[in-house]
Amino acid sequence: MPSTPAVEHRHGHDVGEQLYVHRHTPIHLLPPEVKILTLVVFIFIVVATPIQAMWAFFLYAGLLMVLAAVAQLPPLVVLPRMVVEVPFLLFAALMPFTGPDPQVQVLGLELSEPGLWAAWGIIAKGTIGVLGAIILAATTPARDLLTGLKELHVPPMLVQIASFMLRYMHVVGNEMARMKVARESRGFQATGIRSWPVVAQSAGALFIRSYERGERVHLAMLSRGYTGSLPTMDTLKASRAQWLKGLGLPAIALVICLAAWAVQP
Amino acid sequence: MDPETSITGSPTPPSLAVSGLAYSYPDSNQALFGIDLEVGHGERVALLGPNGAGKTTLVMHLNGILSGGIGEVHVAGVRVDPENRETLHEVRRRVGIVFQDPDDQLFMPSVREDVAFGPANMGLRGEALEARVGHALDLVGMRDFADRPPHHLSFGQRRRVAVATVLSMEPEIIVLDEPSSNLDPASRAELADILRTLDVTILMVTHDLLYALELCPRSVIMSQGAIVADGPTRDLLSDTALMARYRLALPYGVTLEPKPTPS
Repeated sequence: MPSTPAVEHRHGHDVGEQLYVHRHTPIHLLPPEVKILTLVVFIFIVVATPIQAMWAFFLYAGLLMVLAAVAQLPPLVVLPRMVVEVPFLLFAALMPFTGPDPQVQVLGLELSEPGLWAAWGIIAKGTIGVLGAIILAATTPARDLLTGLKELHVPPMLVQIASFMLRYMHVVGNEMARMKVARESRGFQATGIRSWPVVAQSAGALFIRSYERGERVHLAMLSRGYTGSLPTMDTLKASRAQWLKGLGLPAIALVICLAAWAVQP
Repeated sequence: MDPETSITGSPTPPSLAVSGLAYSYPDSNQALFGIDLEVGHGERVALLGPNGAGKTTLVMHLNGILSGGIGEVHVAGVRVDPENRETLHEVRRRVGIVFQDPDDQLFMPSVREDVAFGPANMGLRGEALEARVGHALDLVGMRDFADRPPHHLSFGQRRRVAVATVLSMEPEIIVLDEPSSNLDPASRAELADILRTLDVTILMVTHDLLYALELCPRSVIMSQGAIVADGPTRDLLSDTALMARYRLALPYGVTLEPKPTPS
């Protein structure tokens, strides 16, 4: 029986799992639905905290850093991933210049005080949210995230869509790469605005191809008796102890949040 | 084996019985003009013909994906009736279609889940489902790959898993759309070995005439929505006039002599 040598990755290298960092830590072992709910509740609490209580956000960030350490995620893995946040930070950086009065002097610049606070709010809450999501993605394989969403009774249609996205990301990506090779083989070079129409046409063609593939996949599903739901195999329910463990994080966060409101002038 | 005797000589209904099937697409492009075709239980039949002959349209009728024309399709005695959800479900279990692109066929995140998809839709759960999946993967020699995601398999392996996804439904008939396309010669031979060992009726749509010759004692040629020839594969392929008329040709350098009829 011939076998391709390149397939001997057991875990952590699946499609959409480039984000997953394979370790054996208590955080990795928590069931996905516990981790997802924990993160969502935690982020809601963070967002509900008054931005004037700056200390609270440092505590939140500290909590997440402890989690990252427990999950054995080195800063060199986590920090580069935070780049996704940059566009939001740029937007936040504009706010002090465009915000309303009163103005304050900072380093010789006239800046809007409400704008400064709003920018701080975006930076602090955004960074904490991104950090939390990075930890979740690094400790949970993408497929388990889907099982978790299903366990949490997210509408099945949404979970199915996400699961197909996961399955076909590579297929569509390969198709895109082939189209690029085909373009370049015929002398196309992406240089400046003149090449945009060609790239846009390729994107359109890719969309149509993917749409047609969607139809074919649907046919294949119907042919095997699909009636609207994807069967799942062997899922273990999260135990009460696991839920308690997971909800420890939002519980601590809730205390911080309430304290922040309490000391609010 | 003479198909005629196997049909009439036993009480088993033919795996497939198509009678008077005609169909026009909604854009009024008529694709089928009265197809009659009977495939006996356990037969392996190749469906040949040029592009646009209506082969795929015919296949889509076999499990009720397309309907609305005239004529009837029976699968092991059950009429394909898209209005009747009960029998439609049963028909789709009995007719396993293996589509040409394994990436269309394999849509679940792992091989195991994909092979389980059909039987799970039929209501199988737990150990019975596991056993069914394991058996189907054994038949195509892919059990060791059960937990792999499909994109980690070679093309030939994906094609074999695609066959397993319909075998797990224990079908009456397997319909293969271009089973040898894009396979390297070794994978092509491996798949042939697997198909030969399967104890199931096979209808194979193909342009690969030598594959048809290798696997299917009987062939049917379609052209412009009608069946124009039906007979032993070797006889059809060695009839050069017939072949040329329907845009069929053996690979360069290959000639076939009709089999001397045994007395």
